[in-house]
Amino acid sequence: MIFMSKKMVMSGSEAIAEAVKLCKPKVLPMYPITPSTLVPERLSDFVFNGELEAEMIHVESEHSAASALFGAYATGVRAFTASASNGIALMHEILPIISSARFPAVMSVANRTISGPINIWNDHSDAMSERDQGWIQFYCESSQEAFDTILMAYKLAEKENVSLPVMVCIDGFALSHVYEPLQIEDQKKVDSFLPAYKPENHLDPKNPKSFGPIAFPNSFFEFHEQEQVAMEEALKEIPKIHAEFKKEFGRKYGNGLIDLIDMKDAKYALIANGTSVGTARVVVEKLRSEGKKVGLIKLKTFRPFPAEEIRKACKNLKAVGIIDRHVSLGSEGAITLDVKSALKEEKCKVEGFISGLGGRDIDTKRLIKVFETLKKGEKGFWLK
Amino acid sequence: MMAILGMNEEELFASGHRACAGCGEALALRHILKAAGKNTIVAQATGCMEVVSSPYPQTSWEIPWVHCAFENAAAVASGVRAALNMKGDKETNVIAMGGDGASFDIGFGSLSGAIERGHKFLYVCTDNEAYMNTGIQRSGATFPYANTTTSPAGKVIPGKQQPKKPLPFIVAAHGVEYVATANVANLIDLKNKVEKALAVDGPSFLHVLVPCMPGWKIGTSSTIGIAQKAIDTWAAPVYEIEKGILKLSQKPEAKPIEEYLMMQGRFKHVTPDIAEKIQEYVDKRKKFLLENDGKEIFDVLY
Repeated sequence: MIFMSKKMVMSGSEAIAEAVKLCKPKVLPMYPITPSTLVPERLSDFVFNGELEAEMIHVESEHSAASALFGAYATGVRAFTASASNGIALMHEILPIISSARFPAVMSVANRTISGPINIWNDHSDAMSERDQGWIQFYCESSQEAFDTILMAYKLAEKENVSLPVMVCIDGFALSHVYEPLQIEDQKKVDSFLPAYKPENHLDPKNPKSFGPIAFPNSFFEFHEQEQVAMEEALKEIPKIHAEFKKEFGRKYGNGLIDLIDMKDAKYALIANGTSVGTARVVVEKLRSEGKKVGLIKLKTFRPFPAEEIRKACKNLKAVGIIDRHVSLGSEGAITLDVKSALKEEKCKVEGFISGLGGRDIDTKRLIKVFETLKKGEKGFWLK
Repeated sequence: MMAILGMNEEELFASGHRACAGCGEALALRHILKAAGKNTIVAQATGCMEVVSSPYPQTSWEIPWVHCAFENAAAVASGVRAALNMKGDKETNVIAMGGDGASFDIGFGSLSGAIERGHKFLYVCTDNEAYMNTGIQRSGATFPYANTTTSPAGKVIPGKQQPKKPLPFIVAAHGVEYVATANVANLIDLKNKVEKALAVDGPSFLHVLVPCMPGWKIGTSSTIGIAQKAIDTWAAPVYEIEKGILKLSQKPEAKPIEEYLMMQGRFKHVTPDIAEKIQEYVDKRKKFLLENDGKEIFDVLY
């Protein structure tokens, strides 16, 4: 069979499943949860119809999904899982164990808020609550970006100097269930972009090694320090891989870390991630047409946090407003905190706007209000 | 060292690990590996054995070994087996191991899921009847009336009030082809059962009673004696459930349970009244096992 690139109309979840298929994972531990269910469903179709040579593990919980993912990587094969919301929360214990073992796992997240109260709709509290667990985090604006990001995620994760797991985040419903035209790439091209995964260290009776030892205070610190170094390496590798991807497939999303929209002479700007970037594009276009000097920074990579890129982008701004779809209760939005830290020596004011919790709309009216607030020099608020 | 009745002379669990002198669990583990042989991968739950065997950068494991967390050894083993399958490796043994806390309690869902899915792997539960690694707290496997730090021998409540969860039977009820109980007092029986379990083309389950010095408040030289007494008094009967058919491995004439209780500090508070209640519990189990010996107890599943 000759594989050809083709254009299809697909939801964000299906786009992810198609991309995963092209990456040829061998083990798929899967547990369904709304709104991520389409991913395991499509991957099941591929496996059960013989289109993908992989073993599905129909685990009994997300905790076991992450654990089986760990086991598969310990045995030296490429694997994949998908989840959302409380499923990610249930995986919480295992996520830092995967990153500490330096397994280059990839997981898609259909971002949904965490209970309670129980709510199936979108915000970023599931992934943001895992920001400190050693997983690289990408956020996507479109189905195509989700598809492309999966390919780049494996390539990045498997770079020897990175060797960290990656979450590819798409907004629940707002992207996971929205149908868009999608360019599906040719298998051969993907194979050359993403070579087979052949790790040096894995469970092998011919060369027995121990994985997951107990680290006492005399070594635990260094394990974490090495992960931090790997995160810094990832910050350098992401733009490189992005450039390579652009060369191979012709698409790009800024430099892979951030994308700048109308930022050249902007005085006020938004920082957003995920699908709210699309809404913000419309708002910026409208305000620009009215002669207002506004811009938009799309935050594609949240971990590692591209602090230097953000600092450069905000250098000449009067104020920047952050659209945070998560709040660290008792403090502020996670992105706001990072941006404040990045801009601590800049004149640009930083205002956080807690937005879209539990699926509340982030519409153009609300974003226009954010720009008005910045212009007036007023404080950020909860964008209800 | 002289080979004992076909026991593999090669040591795959290296000495120098940090287990207590006389540890029943380390003894069981060492002989399970001897029986399984070199071509084995172990996925181990958090617990004493993981702690004593893997202080970074040292390891006691001469075979590939992986530890992830407390409640997920069976799920990790699922991932290992699936990966081996995809590599075309059908030969390597996969053994998941956990203590009673990891198997009866916190990892019960993970164990149930993995055996329901039918992966080819052996799950070994080494049962020392409490959370020994964290300081002797009660588990679902704790023997009735045992004194633990969370079921103390109190003035009002004299130790653990519930019977043991019947885990081997629960596992067998999943339709697992081979389930067995064993005991460190009979290492040849343990070896034979490991070999039988690993020959199954699917999941198998082995429960091994392992005395614990600090947990049972016993001397370092009493491991085997107490383990043997557990068999003799029917405190820990040894049996197999093969394709649903129960088969007692030993049917000793029962000695009074007091003989077992009086050897251990964890039962020091037990009065004759309580001992009678424990005897009733043991007798009831013994009666069930003897009545059903040789019978198909999970016939509906096969």
